[in-house]
This record gives sequence, structure tokens and C-alpha cells, in this order.
Amino acid sequence: MSDPVIEIAGVTKSYGGEVITSALRGIDLRLDRGEFVALTGPSGSGKSTLLNILGLLDRPSAGTVNVLGQPTAQLDDDALTGLRGRSLGFVFQFHHLLTGFSAVENVMMPMVSVAGRIEANMRASALKLLESVGVAELADRKPNQISGGQQQRVAVARALALSPPLVLADEPTGNLDTKSAAEVIALIRRFNREMGITFLIATHDLSLAASCDRQINLVDGQIEFDRRGKP
Amino acid sequence: MRFEIYVALRFLREARSQTILIITGVSVGVSVLVFLTALIGGLQQSLIAQTLGAQPHIVVRPEEESARPMLAKRSASNEVVFSVVEKSAQRLRSIREWQKVVHVLSDIPGVAGVSPVVLGAAFAIRGSASRAVALYGIDPERFEQVIPVASKLRSGRFDVSGAFVNLGVDLADELGVKVGDKFRLGAPGASGDVFVVSGLFDFGNKEVNLRWVLVSLRNAQTLLDLVGGASQIFVRVDAIFAAQALSEEIAATTGLVSDSWMRTNAQLLVALESQSRSSQMIQLFVIVAVAMGIASVLIVSVVQKSREIGILRAMGTSRKQVQRVFLLEGLIVGATGALFGSILGVALTLLFQALARRPDGTLLFPFELNVRLFATAAAIALATGVCSAVLPARRAARLDPAEAIRYV
Repeated sequence: MSDPVIEIAGVTKSYGGEVITSALRGIDLRLDRGEFVALTGPSGSGKSTLLNILGLLDRPSAGTVNVLGQPTAQLDDDALTGLRGRSLGFVFQFHHLLTGFSAVENVMMPMVSVAGRIEANMRASALKLLESVGVAELADRKPNQISGGQQQRVAVARALALSPPLVLADEPTGNLDTKSAAEVIALIRRFNREMGITFLIATHDLSLAASCDRQINLVDGQIEFDRRGKP
Repeated sequence: MRFEIYVALRFLREARSQTILIITGVSVGVSVLVFLTALIGGLQQSLIAQTLGAQPHIVVRPEEESARPMLAKRSASNEVVFSVVEKSAQRLRSIREWQKVVHVLSDIPGVAGVSPVVLGAAFAIRGSASRAVALYGIDPERFEQVIPVASKLRSGRFDVSGAFVNLGVDLADELGVKVGDKFRLGAPGASGDVFVVSGLFDFGNKEVNLRWVLVSLRNAQTLLDLVGGASQIFVRVDAIFAAQALSEEIAATTGLVSDSWMRTNAQLLVALESQSRSSQMIQLFVIVAVAMGIASVLIVSVVQKSREIGILRAMGTSRKQVQRVFLLEGLIVGATGALFGSILGVALTLLFQALARRPDGTLLFPFELNVRLFATAAAIALATGVCSAVLPARRAARLDPAEAIRYV
């Protein structure tokens, strides 16, 4: 059996006071190192909630979340933040780059944040990552000075800044044209294959889901199916 | 560079117009603090200098003479009856062993100058003009340490040796004398002697200029019939607001009566205190206004930056780091505002100095601009900046990253 990157068991998430809404109902899930997984399901099925819990941005109402074998239930906010910074990368639908920072500074940001200060080698590492996603020449441009596809490439480079074992991508191509979407998916697939990084991609795009090694489909907060291999 | 400084500077730079606006607000506030403090400080220094320019900080004198009530008679029913005691008229008396007292006072820490004085009423007569004057018998060197006369001379020299005297310009006008002229000085009931004017002083105080006549200690002793004596000892202290405490110490040490300027000018002190209180109230309102300005702009900034904060939190930035970013923003705004505000405050002060002058072109009063003033203004601005940022910083730190990313 391969090495689990993240493992959740019996995870539920409920919201509300008098009227309780259950977003997730007893989810068991394990992602292994090097997997390339699609998370599908209709809107409101709980994809974003599951991503937030897997990304340690939210805590489950019940159930356990283990990241790299470490239980997270007892961790305080600082420890959880530290674990998130070191172990997880995020790619969002709307790239969510920091508008006041250049492309290279955006890629440096996770390194600076976790180290607590700017260090000499950080810019060089960030430039190398930008080169690997094919936008090195845009290093000093601000996000509003580059195209959507290029912004998403920078966001991918930022997600990989601390070489996390798991990257969570929420509709990474949802806001891109077909050509740019294909380029971004090819890019993250390359990182998955070359560096063994696990990707969990929440998407409505069935062709993208079909191109993944594994597809998990959520319906009403429960896993409807979890199948490996292409259909 | 630390992460928090890096992000705080960048956030401020990104919201340039907001940052400029808020720094301008702080600068105006700090400049008001600097200007007002310099103005009130200068005004008070000027008032004190004017009041104490011709006045010792402490006057030591012998205890007043008082009649002792005598047992009048004892009645048959053994009742004790006292007669009415009237206050006796005070005569000019010398402090006993005043030389020793001068020596003791000179050794008290905080005492800057000690001068024995013979002070009494006399008449200045020239021709048909006769004026009542206050005759000061002084040791010029010691007197100069307590009340500087040399710098106040309008003409002549500070010389009271032999038959030379110094008197005020207004008295000289009334007597019609100038430097080198002679006139007669005499105590009530005595014929007196002829003296030569060696210098005319101007203390900027009509009462002093019209009444004071300075002669040598020996001449005053002879004229006022107090041979070998000194009726008062004038004391100058290093810290003028410590005068009352020193005066009490002197009274306890010597057993003599000791009055400080703070007791004899109680009304001035009340006026100064009221002035300080008003100034402090204005300053407090300015600080509150500045603090509210900083806090509101930073709160808006937190709302505007919610998405960025959420992204940073997702990337591993802790709540404490986010909190420090916004506290630093407050600190940077406060520090920059303190710098520009101090410059603006100095400019305002110089402008006021240039415009508000006496008809002869001299300064109305000197402004008190010193390092302490700027350090205080800077400390207030920094503290206000940081304190105002506490609420926005806590709000930023409490932001739920998942919510911030999703909805903004």
C-alpha cells in the first residue's frame, strides 16, 4: 500500500443553529502520494466544504483528519496554520494572486510567510518555479498586467513554492478559455508525474475529470462513487 | 526584511491615496501638538521670566515681631482675663548671623545663588522732585547671580561701589537724571546723602523701573540704620518649580521665614495651570480625532484586504502574523505622521514667529522647540498609531480564510 498524504474518516460538517444543514455526511477518504484525483459533483454537493476541511481551512463537525499521518483534531490554530503552510498548496478558480505584489513576489510569499522573513535564495527559487510554468519573463509584472491563463500559471507556481506533497485545486480552469485551461491542466499533470505531488482537483468539467487517474463524485454531502482508472 | 514589515509596507503602498490621506491626518495632528506645546510652553516661559526677572525665587527674612499676651489679672472667682493684643508695627530688623545663613543656604543642593540684601523705604530727591523708592543694599556680584541686572542696563554700568547707584529708567525720567547726574537719597526722618547715577536699568516692569534704587550693602545699612545687618536673603534656585519645596527646607533648616515665588504669585501659578489644562484638553481631542481617523481607515483597509488576508492565511500565515501586519501599518503611519507633523509644526511655529512680532520687530515671546517636545510628539503619534490599529488588527486576524477567499 502506498504512502497516504491525507486521510479523513467519518467527516461530517453541519451549519446553522435551529435548522441544521449538513454539508458533509460521514466522508471517508484517503489520498496517496502521487495521485491525480478529480472531485466532482453538482453545485451544493459539498465539494468546497470538503476542500476546506482537507486544506485545514475549516474544521469538521465530527470525524478525523490526518495530514501526513499527523492527527489534526488537537492542533491549535497556529499549529494548524504551520502544517497547512508546509504541507498543502492551493490553486483557486480566480487565481487569487495578491494584487500589490509582482508575479515573482506572489510565488515567494509562502516561503516568506513560513520563514518569517525574506531570505537571499527565495527570489531565485521563485524565478525557477516561474520558469518551470513558462512565465519567467513576466516575473516583475503585477497580476493585472498579465492574462488569466498566465495568472493561473503563477498561482500554480505559488502553490508549489514550498514543494507540498498535496495541492488542492478548486475549479482551476473554471475561469479560463479552452486553450489556457488545457495548458494549465497539462502543467499540473507534469508536476504530478515529475515530482510525485498529489493533486485533488474540484471541477465541473467532466472531460477534465475523465483525464484524471481517480474520480470521486459527491452528491448531497456523501461520496456517490470513488473510482480509479479512466471510465 | 521581516514578513510583517514587507507585507505592511506593500499594503500601504498599494492603497496609496488612503495612506497619503491618513498620514496627512496624523501629520496635521502632530503639527498641532508641536505648535500648541511650543506656543503654550513659550508663553509660560515668557510669563515666568517676566515675573521672576526682577524677583528672587525665594526670600528669606526674620520672623515678624509679635507682642506676647501677658496675664492681666486673676479675678476672685479665679477666672483668667487676657488683654486685647494689637499687632505691633514692623521695624526693619536684620537676620541674626546672616553671614552664616548665607553660607548654609549656598550649600543646599538646588540653590543656584544667594544674595544678602538690605531693603527699606527711602526717598529720592532732586531739586523739587521727590519720589518714594525701594532702597536695595546689595553685594553686586551675589545679587547678579539671583537677579541679573547687567543684562537689563539701558545705559551706564552695573556699579554700586562708593557713591554710585543704579536705578530704573522710569524713576530716572521722573527725577530728570541720567548717567553721571547726582541726586539725594534719604530714609524717612534722616537727611541722607548724595549719590551719583552709574547705570539705568529696564526690567520691562513699570513698578521695578519706577521704584528700585540699587546701592551698596554698606550704604543701605547706613541710610536705613541697620549697620552690619541684612534684612533679607534672596535665593535663586536651579528648578523654578522646585522653589516651594526648597523654601520649606530652608525654613526648617534656618528657623527663618521663607517665601517662594510660587506662594507669593499663587494667581500666576493658577493661570499657568489653567493654560496647561486647556492646552492638554485640546491636545487630547486632537489625539482622539487622529486615533479615530487611523482606526477607521485601517478598518476599511481590513475589509478591502479580506481576500488578501484569506489568501495569506491559506498559504500558512498565522493569525498573529496578520495581526502584526496591521499593527505595523498603524506604527508606520504614526511614525511617518510624526516625522512630517514635526516638520509642519516647526514650519507653523516659524511662520507664527515671523508674523506675530512687537511693533519694534522683536519676538512677542520665544517659542519652546526642543528635542523633548519632538520626542513626546513622536511617542504620542506612535502610540496612537499602534493603539488605533489594535481593533482593525484583531478583526483581520479573526477573519475566516475559507470565507474570505470564497466571498470576496
